[in-house]
Formats: sequence, C-alpha cells, structure tokens
Amino acid sequence: MSNENIIECKDLNKYYSGVHALKNLSLKIKKDSVVGLIGDNGAGKSTLIKILSGAHAPDTGQIYFEGNEVKFKSTKQAMNLGIETIYQYSALIPQMSIARNIFIGREQTNFSLGSIGLMKSKTMDKAAMDALNDVELHLRSPDTPVNQLSGGERQGVVIARAMYFKSKVLILDEPTNHLSVKETNKVLRFVEGLKKQGVTSIFITHNLSHVYPIADHLCVMARGEKIADLAKEDTSIDELTDLLVNG
Amino acid sequence: MRPEISTFIMFIVIMTGFFIANDKFLSARNIRIVMGITPEYIIVAIGIAILMISGEFDLSVGSVFALVPMTMVQLVHQGIPPWFAIALGLSIGIAVGFVNGFITLRFGIPSFIATLGMLYIARSLTTVATGGFPPPFPHSLPNELFVFQFEVFRASLFWMLGVAAIAGIMLHRSNLGNWIYATGGDTGAASSMGIKTNNVKMFCFILCGFLAGFAGMIQTFRIEAPLPSQGYLLELESIAAAVIGGVSLFGGVGTIFGAAIGAILIRFLESGIIMARIDAEWFRAGLGSLIIISVVFNTWVVRRGENMVHKNNAEEDMKDENNTKEKKDEA
Repeated sequence: MSNENIIECKDLNKYYSGVHALKNLSLKIKKDSVVGLIGDNGAGKSTLIKILSGAHAPDTGQIYFEGNEVKFKSTKQAMNLGIETIYQYSALIPQMSIARNIFIGREQTNFSLGSIGLMKSKTMDKAAMDALNDVELHLRSPDTPVNQLSGGERQGVVIARAMYFKSKVLILDEPTNHLSVKETNKVLRFVEGLKKQGVTSIFITHNLSHVYPIADHLCVMARGEKIADLAKEDTSIDELTDLLVNG
Repeated sequence: MRPEISTFIMFIVIMTGFFIANDKFLSARNIRIVMGITPEYIIVAIGIAILMISGEFDLSVGSVFALVPMTMVQLVHQGIPPWFAIALGLSIGIAVGFVNGFITLRFGIPSFIATLGMLYIARSLTTVATGGFPPPFPHSLPNELFVFQFEVFRASLFWMLGVAAIAGIMLHRSNLGNWIYATGGDTGAASSMGIKTNNVKMFCFILCGFLAGFAGMIQTFRIEAPLPSQGYLLELESIAAAVIGGVSLFGGVGTIFGAAIGAILIRFLESGIIMARIDAEWFRAGLGSLIIISVVFNTWVVRRGENMVHKNNAEEDMKDENNTKEKKDEA
C-alpha cells in the first residue's frame, strides 16, 4: 500500500427522482489497498459504485483518478482507464471454455480482415492459465467449460480476466453472495492476491466478517452518507458492527 | 464426451444395422446415389446450425431453397446472362436473410415467428414467379460445374466440403466464431463484454439465407427442373439434422461436423429403410424416433460428463480439507 491516492471523490451528490441517494460523499482510496465498503441495503453503496464505474454520473461533486479530474460518460471509458467492475452475476458464458471466456471480445488473432481474424488458440490458452495462476486459481485445463466450475472459481476467472487486461482498480460488488464458506474463502484469497500485484480493490459487501480479514481500510455507509472511514488498525470488528447496526 | 461424438457413434450403429439388413446398402452404387443428393442438405444444415448456435431460428430455408433457383431460371428466360442471374438469385437469399434478421432484431420478436411468416411469403413468391407452370430448365446455366457426376461423387460434394471447411474455420477458429458462441450462450453477458450481438446475429441470418439459396440452386441444377415445391418441409428436416448433430435449441452449443453428420444420417436412414425393404412410409417414423433418441442420448452423455467433473471437484475438496487438517495437526 502506498500513500498516493488512486481515486479521490469530493462532495458527491446523487438524486434519483427526488430521493437523495448519495449525500456529500468524499472518499480517498489509496493505491494498492483493499477497501471494504460496507453498509446495509439502501445505504448508497450501489449508487457509489455506479458512479465510480462510469454507469451513472454524479449530480454534483468531482472524481479524481490518479490525480486528474475525470468525468465518465460510459463504463467503457472507465474500463479503458483501468477501472473494472465485477457484478454479482458475472459476465461469463456458461457453455464456453475458460480461455475463451477470458478473451471474449478481446481475442488475440493472427491476422485480421477488418476486425475478424483467426484466433491464436494456443497463446490464449497459455495466457489464460498464467492469468489464473496469478490469482492463485489452479484449474486443470483452459478448455474446461465455465459451467463446470464452482461459484468461487467463476469469480476467480472474472478477476483473472480483469487482471490480465491490466485493471488498476477492481470494484467487486458482493462477490461472496450466495457462496459457501469454502468458496468465500477462495474469493477472499483472490482479492488478497490482487494487492500483491499492485491492484487496488474496492470490496462491497453487507457482510463485515467477509471483508474485515483482508481489508486495509473500512468505510461504513448508511442512508447515503459515509458514517465512518477508518484504517483497520484504528478500529475493531466490534466497533464496526456497532456502527453497522446502530448507524 | 461431446454431443457430436455420440451422434457419430449412432451413425456407425445405424449404418452397421442397415448393412446387416442388406449388404448392398454400403455398395458403391448406393453410396453414389445417397451422396449425390446429400451435399445440398448438408449445406442448408450448416447454415441453420450456425444460426441456431447464435441463438436464433430460420424456418424459411425450405422456401428460400425454392425461391433462389426459381429466380435464377426466370431471369435467364428474361435474357439475363447466366452468371449474372446466379449472382442476382443468390442475393435474393441474402436479402431474405437480412429481412429475417431485421424483423427479428429491430422489433424484438422471436425469430421463430419472423421466419415462419417468411416461410409462407417466400414460398408464395416462388409459385407466383412460375406464372402457373414450372418453366423449363435453361441449359445455358453452368450446372455441370456444380453437379457433374464423377465416378462415385458429384461435384456438389466438393462444393459442400468447401462450404464446410470455410464455415468450420470461421466458427471454430476465428474470433467471429467466438462471438457467435458467446451471443448464443448468453446475449446479455456477451454484450456487456463489448460484443455487438445484433450484428453477430444479423450475420448469421444472412449466411443462413445465402446457404439455403446456394443449396437450392445445386438441387435445381442436379434435377434440371425448377419446381415450386422444392424444399418443402426442408426447414424442419434441417433443424432436425442440426439437433441430431448436437446443436442446442437454446443456442451457444454445436459444431459444423455435428450438423453435417446429422444431415448425412437422415439421408442414409431414408435409403436404409428402402434398401431393407421396409415400406418407405416408415421413413418419417424413423426420422421422428431418431430425433428423440439422439437428443435424449446427447443429454444423457453431457450430464454424465458433468457429473464426473462434479465428482472430481468434490474429491479434490476432500483432499484440500484433509491437507488443511494435517497442517493444523502439525501446528
């Protein structure tokens, strides 16, 4: 973790048809850290992610990425800068192989007529396995169809994909929802691995016990406001639980 | 195991069965007869299979199979040069594919409905184009190039192999093929990864229309008579061929090889029933049973494969747990 801020938000406000969904939110996210963003349903977590991922624009306020002010018009723009968002229901094609899923829409080709070309299957298979190994996911073959993987392994494939395409910030929206304890631990290990490789992750969850062990920083939200923003060494699981429950 | 492999096994079993019933079934003469007509059906099945993999249907292929050659013949009778008439005819196939795709994608209706409408429209146009009588076949058309009979095989077999090779490389080796599978597998996920799914589907509709017309042209060139009834019920038979060959009705799964084997299997089933001196009326009952049995068999094979993987995963998890326990014990 460095002292540089990779993302800084200043006084973000967002209204949805009269509802004040995000109130004067300011947030600093340090490079190479894991930030746990916690809060109950309706706390404004999703609104914040949508703004950071470029899906929605804030009504007022500024976002700085690596020190420069940014105004995203689309998620593609955010992705090009290196902010990739992983939603609960991951963007994988169940019947297709791991390698093909990792390279969907960004296939490596030998030559191309327009945008069509022959795929370099071997190179892609190898790169896929390397990408999976980088997130400590050891699967037998890049040809395995994704529908034969467990929920945690699927999250691993999506994370490996984001890593391979050099994301700087990974926003994970409830990545451990509906996963067994064992699978949850796998996902947590992937996220820990990200930090080592210089990727900042924002881990959104309503389950404090999932994010607490791996987070460097914890940010609690309630009713559209940030009610606490603490480094892990300055807080405890009891204090955070109290904040979450009593807001 | 992949579904098209189980189709191949079924193919071997059925061929052996008919061979036992009548050893002339696999004689050069019979293979020559069957393989003389099969390429046309394989080409249509390839187009249908690619479209089904992208997640859509085309029920109009049987009608396009008649409309395209009818257009060519009538244009030649109007004094249009043969090669130009062929080009115009094939572009009718492309146009029908485009209209099918446009209606389906622009208005968001099921392709089943859009192409069901086109089935009637294109058949009607074919009949109208005859002006009441099937026209004679103009011998200025270069039909020998497409259907010349060699010792055992016709030229159409080589055209079919060409189509299959190009389609196979496109579907299995190119990034476009990857997009087709992704689009049919999960349209939402594919478009969230930046694939223009509507363009991909449109391409498949057009390809399907083109191949149906091309195959119809070969049939007309072979029998040297443009019949308005040509390709009647072919749409169902092509879907049957694709499904027998392991193409999924829900998109995202299937191969060119599978669809081709499915089409060959149907033609040899027809021939086998005749050669075994069974009443030819039993062909449809045989085809119906084949469809059901092959899909049940394919599903069973795929499930078995998945169960084995899950069993392996479970075993590995057990190993993991034991390892962790051992580590804890050591500590």
